[in-house]
Amino acid sequence: MKITRKHFLQLSGASLIAMVARKLVRSTAVARASVSSAKAARWGMAIDLQKCRQKDGCNRCIQACHAAHNVPQFADPAHEVKWVWKQPFQDVFPFAQTQYTRDVFAAAPVLLMCNHCDDPPCQDVCPVGATWRRDDGVVMMDWHRCIGCRYCMAACPYGSRSFNWQDPRPAISAINPDFPTRTKGVVEKCNFCEERLARKLGPLCVDACQEKALTFGDLEQADSEIRTLLRSRFSVQRKPELGTGPSVYYLI
Amino acid sequence: MNDRPFIVVGLIVFVAFVTTPIWHGAASRNVALAAPEFKLPAHEKQCVAPVAYMRASHMQLLDDWREDVVDGQKRQYVAWNGKVYDKSLTRTCLGCHGSQKEFCERCHNYNGVADLNCWQCHNDVPPAPRNTP
Repeated sequence: MKITRKHFLQLSGASLIAMVARKLVRSTAVARASVSSAKAARWGMAIDLQKCRQKDGCNRCIQACHAAHNVPQFADPAHEVKWVWKQPFQDVFPFAQTQYTRDVFAAAPVLLMCNHCDDPPCQDVCPVGATWRRDDGVVMMDWHRCIGCRYCMAACPYGSRSFNWQDPRPAISAINPDFPTRTKGVVEKCNFCEERLARKLGPLCVDACQEKALTFGDLEQADSEIRTLLRSRFSVQRKPELGTGPSVYYLI
Repeated sequence: MNDRPFIVVGLIVFVAFVTTPIWHGAASRNVALAAPEFKLPAHEKQCVAPVAYMRASHMQLLDDWREDVVDGQKRQYVAWNGKVYDKSLTRTCLGCHGSQKEFCERCHNYNGVADLNCWQCHNDVPPAPRNTP
């Protein structure tokens, strides 16, 4: 078939229009996607250390979490599994330590949990995609996929992850039938109570605290309770210099 | 040509030996493997999908449910008849079928599909039904 000059020009014009139309469609689709992700919530937590240290030795939040999520309690510290736990102030915030903070925080260790980072290093190193950041900011785990390589534990700068060195079931005093246990060779950590978030309920630790030291909410929403709190009080994150962007804030 | 009887007899012996299982089976016909017995759920007549589908493809359904809940955050399953279920192995499946030992395991053992890994983590006891969705 011979292509005439007229036919050639027609074809070129049609291809040009098709190309531009494709680009237009693409760009509008991308714009729409970014709008919807900007709308997505980003769950965060503010921990008021003043309120938290009011009651000496209070572990209600930890107990509530560990009982509901079937977290095993091993006597051997080398096998410890924890979702929410406490550590001395000087270990958590070494930069904020003075000779006087030692007096204040001597008997008041700091409450810790998974920071649900904006850019979680555990997600980057996982070779099987068993952990990832959800659109709502929760760093999720799929225990089905975890192969127990413990790269995530090495990558996490906060020590938020625990490994099941042995079968956890015998170490759970009363199994909550509504939540699965884990098995030997699987890593676990705090999930921001995503099973409760799905039912529009807040995390258990927040509910368990009688001093109301924990505030949970949407960091993207300017008028949320947590944002109001973070505006009115001085807050710090753990190791912000690493650029992981923790979602857990401490009101000193 | 002198070896012909030996060859024929040898062949007969060989064929008889190879087909021993068939003869053995035919001789002891009264040994039949009883089909596994299930107690059907008392309060429910219909599963989340038709029985034929569940028999053939329950593993696919469970795999999809798992992906939906863990990855996609889609926790409600709308059945073909419009009924809505929780995508939960312990809550929904065992809520009717009771215990995996009396349901899953019986059929799996009968069919020689052993090694169910689900129950190392998932609970074998259905929790009490809850009021909130």
